[in-house]
Amino acid sequence: MTLRERERAALSGDGQLQVALRRSTDAMSSRWAATRAELADPDGLREAARSLRSAAIARLPELLAQLADRVQATGAHVFFAADAEEATSYIAGVADGKKLAVKSKSMVTEEIGLNAALAAVGVEAVETDLGEWVQQLDGEPPAHILGPAMHKTRADWVRVLAREGYEGGDDPDAMTAFARRTLRRKFLEADLGITGVNLAIAETGTVMMVTNEGNGRLTAGTPPVHVAVMGMERVVASWAEADLLLALLSRAGAGVSIGTYVNFITGPRTGCEMHLVIVDNGRSNILGSPSQEALNCIRCGACLNVCPVYRQIGGHAYGDVYSGPIGAVIVPLLREGDPELSHASSLCGACWKACPVAIPLHELLLQGRADHAGSERAIWRAWAAAWSSPRAFALSGAPARMRPPQMLVPPPFREWARGRELPHREGATFRSRWARGEVLE
Amino acid sequence: MKVALFVTCLVDLVVPEVGVAAARVLQRAGHEVVFPEGQTCCGQPAFNSGYREEAAKVLRTTARALADANADAIVAPAGSCTTMLRTFAGGLAGEVPHVWELSEFLSAHGELPEGRLDVRVAYHDSCHMLRELGLSSEPRALLERAGAELVDWDAERCCGFGGTFAVRQPELSVAMADEKLRSLDGAQVLCGADPSCLMHLRGRLRKLGSDVRVAHLAELLEEATR
Repeated sequence: MTLRERERAALSGDGQLQVALRRSTDAMSSRWAATRAELADPDGLREAARSLRSAAIARLPELLAQLADRVQATGAHVFFAADAEEATSYIAGVADGKKLAVKSKSMVTEEIGLNAALAAVGVEAVETDLGEWVQQLDGEPPAHILGPAMHKTRADWVRVLAREGYEGGDDPDAMTAFARRTLRRKFLEADLGITGVNLAIAETGTVMMVTNEGNGRLTAGTPPVHVAVMGMERVVASWAEADLLLALLSRAGAGVSIGTYVNFITGPRTGCEMHLVIVDNGRSNILGSPSQEALNCIRCGACLNVCPVYRQIGGHAYGDVYSGPIGAVIVPLLREGDPELSHASSLCGACWKACPVAIPLHELLLQGRADHAGSERAIWRAWAAAWSSPRAFALSGAPARMRPPQMLVPPPFREWARGRELPHREGATFRSRWARGEVLE
Repeated sequence: MKVALFVTCLVDLVVPEVGVAAARVLQRAGHEVVFPEGQTCCGQPAFNSGYREEAAKVLRTTARALADANADAIVAPAGSCTTMLRTFAGGLAGEVPHVWELSEFLSAHGELPEGRLDVRVAYHDSCHMLRELGLSSEPRALLERAGAELVDWDAERCCGFGGTFAVRQPELSVAMADEKLRSLDGAQVLCGADPSCLMHLRGRLRKLGSDVRVAHLAELLEEATR
């Protein structure tokens, strides 16, 4: 399906999707606004975060080498994966011969298709983030970076949890208690735990992980083997940098002054095994490109919550695990993904203003459009030839005076006329009126 | 001051009444208004579609005409086209003259008489104007001075126009307009300072059978100062 077809599908439902999206995104964005207002100089902090992220990305190879050294010094294993295939093969190798893996929510493991790779070697992977678990049970990918099931209504949750034996009503506490009972057994039975990484601190080889439910801590700390998977851009130089980013990530993502469960993991537990998998998978394409700043992203989801497009169509219509403005920027860059995605934006700039590290996402979307320009070249060239001549420009205004019958309306205007009346000029153009001296008093 | 009016392509070819109103308002604020006839468009349709060379060609035509007018200031009744010349043009066509958005200019230079419009107005913050130019109190202050009563609504949400977005993804564009218009209660006039957003919102309101008036800021100011 094309982007437009997916959008149409999302818009043509019973409206429940939009009700759920509106409720969830409004709640999340207003919490970010409230916690942002607590900060003495939020825009100053955003700019500081922006420059420290840009500096880290500018010396990415050096920081990653330092990180790998320090992590290995703790006794953990480090693996650099060039692509999804290398990453999943390595992790499947670690998991080989085991039965059950618990996972805490991680977008990069979704990106590389880890669950399917584990299933192929006979390892069952169970998601333990509540929303992510519901998505897994429903056979759907996450629809939001932070709230994977935020597009679902309470009734949807009851329907999905019933498959695992839930018999209660739509009370969130009852559903959560059921999930807790069910998932607690999985943590205790699991042979390995797989987590994402919010930030990796190069100076000490420490992995920082933030969750709101505590499932990350149980995943990393209960089974005998911990596999942490990170996109290679998630490295920072120091604890001081991690501190500032944590303050912004917590506020922009969950709307709290600090994440409920923040873990700093330096090396494996005694007698246990730890692996850090650092994934490129197309990130090198972005490095050194005009869109390099996209790598500054700390995956808080704030841009999704304020996006008027995401609000209408939800995450799945983007057709990738990464959705919203940041998804529309990075998906075409990471892999030869749908370049049409950069058009899934009205360029309103709300994303840029909400971004805790001040990424100019609307400008990167424009860059994405320029990167993939080509198929309309002839049309725009003809347009530019005409509109760089004031005389030809004036003539091109003639159709605005007409009221053509529907079937004779040319294509772009026909698209306009879906749902909107066509504009119609009353009288002469401005320049004719000016020439005739009708404008000034 | 001698003011060169950059009317923008949309105003010139589709809603010339906005240009006429802008020119008269500037005149009533005490300025001498000229119209450099070599201007066409800021290039934004091609720029936003990813065709930068083509955009630059059109942009240069307009920038040259505006600069050649040798006015004290260049003023446009459109936040988006002002943004194109002020924010995005630099990387595209080198040096371009400074352009003022109409309400920004009127707030800083000259004085309009007070008005007695006595209508309830919902002011729409267009995205470029709000987020790139940071103009939100200026148009509101002018409307209040003109005698309008501002109503509370979902003013800052994108209307869904988005340039060629409106025709590339019309269903989504219209859904976004509907979301915004849902909060348009109790207003007699929907007013904004970007003709493109207004064309989109007017088109949608008419299709929905609403007779709420859609007017550009310049038109209301012109009526208030007659």
